[in-house]
Amino acid sequence: MCSLEKRGNVWVLSIAGDGQNRLSPTLIDSLLSALTRLTTQATPGSVLLTTAHGKFFSNGFDLAWAQSAASPSAALLRLESMVASLKPVVAALIALPMPTIAAVNGHASAAGLLLALSHDYVLMRSDYGVLYMPEVNIGLPMPDYFAAVMRSKIRSAAALRDLMLGGAKVRAAEAVKMGMVESAHDSAESTVEAAMRLGERLAQRKWLGEVYAEIRKSLYPDACIVLGLTQKPIVSKI
Amino acid sequence: MCTLEKRGSVFVLTLTSENDEQHRLNPALLSSLLAALSQLNSQATASSALITAAHGRFFCNGFDFRWAQAAADQPSARRRLRRMSDSLRAVLAALLSLPMPTVAALSGHAAAAGTVLALAHDYVLMRSDRGVIYMPEVDLGITLPDYFAAVATAKMAAARRDVVLGGRKVRAVEAVAMGIVQSAHDSAEGTVEAAMRLGEELAQREWVGDAYAEIRKTLYPQFCATLGLTPKAIVSKI
Repeated sequence: MCSLEKRGNVWVLSIAGDGQNRLSPTLIDSLLSALTRLTTQATPGSVLLTTAHGKFFSNGFDLAWAQSAASPSAALLRLESMVASLKPVVAALIALPMPTIAAVNGHASAAGLLLALSHDYVLMRSDYGVLYMPEVNIGLPMPDYFAAVMRSKIRSAAALRDLMLGGAKVRAAEAVKMGMVESAHDSAESTVEAAMRLGERLAQRKWLGEVYAEIRKSLYPDACIVLGLTQKPIVSKI
Repeated sequence: MCTLEKRGSVFVLTLTSENDEQHRLNPALLSSLLAALSQLNSQATASSALITAAHGRFFCNGFDFRWAQAAADQPSARRRLRRMSDSLRAVLAALLSLPMPTVAALSGHAAAAGTVLALAHDYVLMRSDRGVIYMPEVDLGITLPDYFAAVATAKMAAARRDVVLGGRKVRAVEAVAMGIVQSAHDSAEGTVEAAMRLGEELAQREWVGDAYAEIRKTLYPQFCATLGLTPKAIVSKI
């Protein structure tokens, strides 16, 4: 389950599942309802900060739950159901009418990394934790929207290859160089503090959420198509 | 022509110089490359990797324009060019769907279609003491086949303006800085040795070839669409 609380203008979404914050159907549903609630409560100046506690930001889908199914085909169905239910969560983040920040407090792997990179800004602790796409190592192809979001957010061909096709485990300092992470910080606490400061700065801009979301979508047209997001007609406050 | 040999777990595809030290891509060389890649497809195991290298001062100097121009008239010269372009498309499609990591060791110049051939590999290593990557089309006043532009977009990102639209001749060190080449080495031998080491490292990962090829394809959807490659259904070893 996750929790949502408001600190000033910044909405803090805390991911809390098992120790690894694996994205089980329950956690995914809980994320989607939090984002749905945020969409309706957004005001100019709202900002989302997503973080987690412990050693993991999120370790991806709950493969243990999938594998505990009665048969391999039932396990595959469970995996597919998680792939399908995370898609609207990613779409909600890309369409959220406010700036979004992920404060990566620990490992972010597979779907957990996708979740982090679906935010506008990713801050990460440098003393612990890696960004990692294990699919190539475990022999699992990428769902279409995973690849689409990663391609949209990681613009360096070499960085994309090393992460997706090389199974590289990327620490914060390197992730900054690769252009995946905004800034590296020396502990989980300082990462969240820096994310709060960034959130407050962004909140002061009092951007119109609906326009912000449309501009964001226009930056990632390929990802939006795969996620089923369409552009709205022009909205403007002028 | 080309030869294919296996050294340990690494397959080495070598463009040989008996007919043409520039390894220009004519129908005979293109068929020979396609045959080698088809053979590789059937021989791939979970710990395979491919290195492509060449003898002499050229990796590959592009299509064999001499052969095209030796045709009786201009229409047949164009048909010959079209035929080579179609054959290279099939070679690139085979490389993009090859179920193993691929490494190009550039021991000399790579120009035009030769650059495209090199960039279709997952990793490109290059000697720094001589040799350039060069797209001469803008200088020669000829347009690009659609898949040339697609591979440039997929693999060169921002550098494509300088290389494709600027006709810049890029040495190894600069190519590394531009993110086109993985690493620069001080001789042809040094480049091939480094490529062998990289190939062995990649082979040791024992990636599932089918999943590897599918992930690769999801990274370059536009390039794949141009080549006529479509994604397969999910395969998984979990």
